[in-house]
Amino acid sequence: MRIVRQVLTITAKDLRAELRTKEAINASFAFALVILLMFSFAFDPQEETTREIAGGLLWIVFAFAGTLILNRSFARELPNDCLDALISAPIPGAVLFIGKTFANYILVFAVELVSLPVFAIFYGVHLMQHIGQLLFVLALGTWGMTVIGTIFSALTVNIRLREVMLPMLTYPILVPVLMGCMLLTKGLVNGQPIGPDTQDWLKMLIGFDVMFTAVSLILVDTVLVG
Amino acid sequence: MNAVAVDGLWKFYGDYPALRDIRLEAGEGACLALIGRNGAGKTTLLRTIAGFSRPGKGEIRIFGKSPRETETRRRMGFLGHGISVYDELSALENLTLFGKLYALPDPRRSALEWLERTGLERVKDGLVREFSRGMRQRLAVARAFLHEPSVVLLDEPFTALDDKAIAVLQRLLREGLDAGKTIVMSTHQLREALELASHVALLVRGKVAFHGPCTPEMVSDPGWVYARYGEG
Repeated sequence: MRIVRQVLTITAKDLRAELRTKEAINASFAFALVILLMFSFAFDPQEETTREIAGGLLWIVFAFAGTLILNRSFARELPNDCLDALISAPIPGAVLFIGKTFANYILVFAVELVSLPVFAIFYGVHLMQHIGQLLFVLALGTWGMTVIGTIFSALTVNIRLREVMLPMLTYPILVPVLMGCMLLTKGLVNGQPIGPDTQDWLKMLIGFDVMFTAVSLILVDTVLVG
Repeated sequence: MNAVAVDGLWKFYGDYPALRDIRLEAGEGACLALIGRNGAGKTTLLRTIAGFSRPGKGEIRIFGKSPRETETRRRMGFLGHGISVYDELSALENLTLFGKLYALPDPRRSALEWLERTGLERVKDGLVREFSRGMRQRLAVARAFLHEPSVVLLDEPFTALDDKAIAVLQRLLREGLDAGKTIVMSTHQLREALELASHVALLVRGKVAFHGPCTPEMVSDPGWVYARYGEG
């Protein structure tokens, strides 16, 4: 019970700090909106090809916009050496990691939820047809992105070029999760529910999330203290 | 049992040994002043004792246990170069946050109590980013002492403090020592530190050049240890 309270304390602290400054969430949302808008001018929403690539496009936007939030996750602790205070507190590294991952998840998911209707309007896709399944895929994909982003944010926090290093390190690892999300989303926004031909991707997404969450929990103390 | 025991500690940055075979101890209720020129290894030693990084060789024990154990961290307070409080949160929110992380029975009440003890109760709801340097440092002191640690590690605690903050810190440290807390502090402000110190350790290029009780000669002439054991 104490661990749950400590996780929620870290999550609440990160969300409160972010909502007061709105540094990452404003940048992330503005970026998502601009990219969606620009691509809508580049591709004709009425064309079949546009519908084919819509799922991929959406996840590219989410991956880039999410990185803006994830980059701030541990970097937020650098001013005033706040990370020292967290590391010296009697909480396991896993608590710190999960607390921060939850906060990042909420922020990234919020940006995605706001971007979805914009995407539907600009690209003429019908989200409501399989909205439950779409949100499920979104939830799984976002967790995978957030877990990887948070652990690498901890790893790169003391690197001078961390804004560059984080995407360079995370995107190659995120390839399977992004591929799965793109393929599943493409079908869902084109009216095809998840079926026998696509459910392997869903299983892969769940497996990826479970595996990388476990690995991150095991490694986080080493990442933070060395 | 010593509150802090450092035995044969080496710490490397790449191939460079920042700490070389450090052997130190501080008993319960002792105040150990770590002194030395810039780059002597004081901060590295304190951070390694605090468990922020692992030793290259050797061993650190806080009440006989590793500094990375949860129970040890509960008994340890650290105040480093940074104030380790969040600019975006208020003073009360900051202390309540750490009170919750240290699982204090009533984090808000402890936070209010420490804001009062450090003279910050009137600005408890003000955001830290709006505080003066002295106020920020007093809040940092409150954060380090909030959970009533048995061992307090302080890295140059008097640097850049105003008179009021120095007085608050010295009073808190005296009260802590009277209550049996162990204090290890690195400092360049020898006069303030030696008034409190029961023991002194001089670091020279990552090595302990002197470790012993604080004597009247040291208090009356803070440069005496450097002249006697240092490199001038």
